[in-house]
Amino acid sequence: MKEKKVKVKSDAGVHARPASILVREAMKFPCDIYIIKGQMEANGKSIMSVLGLAITKGSSLIIRANGEMEEEAVDRISALIENDFAELASK
Amino acid sequence: MKKQLRIRDILENTQKIDLQLNLITGREGIDKAITAIEINRPGLTLSGFFDYFAYDRIQIFGLGETAYIKQLSRERREEIYARFFSYDIVCCVYTHNEYPDEVFIEYAKKHKVPTFVTQHPTTRFISLLTHIVEAAFAESVTIHGTLIDVFGIGILLIGKSGVGKSETALELIERGHRLIADDMVEIKKIDESLLMGSGSELIRHHMEIRGIGILNVRDIFGVRSVRNRKRIELVAELQEWDANTHYDRLGIEEQVYTILDIEVPYIIVPVRPGRNIPIIIETAALNQRLKKMGVFSAQELDKRIQEWIARENDNK
Repeated sequence: MKEKKVKVKSDAGVHARPASILVREAMKFPCDIYIIKGQMEANGKSIMSVLGLAITKGSSLIIRANGEMEEEAVDRISALIENDFAELASK
Repeated sequence: MKKQLRIRDILENTQKIDLQLNLITGREGIDKAITAIEINRPGLTLSGFFDYFAYDRIQIFGLGETAYIKQLSRERREEIYARFFSYDIVCCVYTHNEYPDEVFIEYAKKHKVPTFVTQHPTTRFISLLTHIVEAAFAESVTIHGTLIDVFGIGILLIGKSGVGKSETALELIERGHRLIADDMVEIKKIDESLLMGSGSELIRHHMEIRGIGILNVRDIFGVRSVRNRKRIELVAELQEWDANTHYDRLGIEEQVYTILDIEVPYIIVPVRPGRNIPIIIETAALNQRLKKMGVFSAQELDKRIQEWIARENDNK
């Protein structure tokens, strides 16, 4: 299991579009990916689950992955959040 | 993580319990967190005994407290209140629609302690409040799954991403059953045998179906297709069909799935093209209802066969 803490900097938080980008990236990894906010744990591969976390600016999240390629998955997802989904949204 | 409850959460409690609270001080302090689950009757404290004062609990002033304060001189009251409010009080409630004196209100405002008056008698109020506070502090967990009410049985569908939980739920909704939550189910342990499931308020009654996107189930299928919370009585795991796995063929032994230390009846439903999963889930729900009524199909058939064998043996 791999974990990393990230803080959301984007004013817009994680609304539908960023959530879909996050989920799309998560789907590329074979391991289980979880986004944890407070006591809520969302499945990183499910849009509704990620949206349900109500991630806003300043939210502290834990990205957790378990299984094959967990290290890469945690790095990828946390980088995505820390960079405000910038590189992917522009594509 | 330690659970927290704000005074605001008590006012806007999700159970829709009307505490008939009337805020007589400012709204300042309303977002303060309550960390203690208990309440306190400050009778002894008001009489001047401050040892063991449970100041971190909600302070409830009943008829006794109010009557005692009334017969005190103004100077004595000032003295007591000054000491009382030197502690970090969370919140005060006067029951029986009794109002505190102005000196108290002054102090409460100064120390930003929200103070309420309720119509309820003390015992009634405490029982209602305990209900709200216990629910808020109840052990909880979020599970990746879909909760649906099928013929009155709350079924939690679990399984890997993409196995078809949402699709199964959609078909069940089409067939007249009710969705509670899709993808993320918040489960609370209400008491030692009761697990209550609900969805996150923000995404309530929405689901994502690959190929269509996000749907509002209540808007599409109407209000009869949803409900807000439901007791979980059966866990059904959808699993991709695997020829090497042994699936239960008899159902004589009941399997259980443990959530927050509570055992819930559990079935594994293998999924493969051509298997109509929603019908299987519906039948599992009906079977579960029968079991609740004391009828256990698999065991009863087995008993019948054993009796028949015994009779045949006797006849030989």
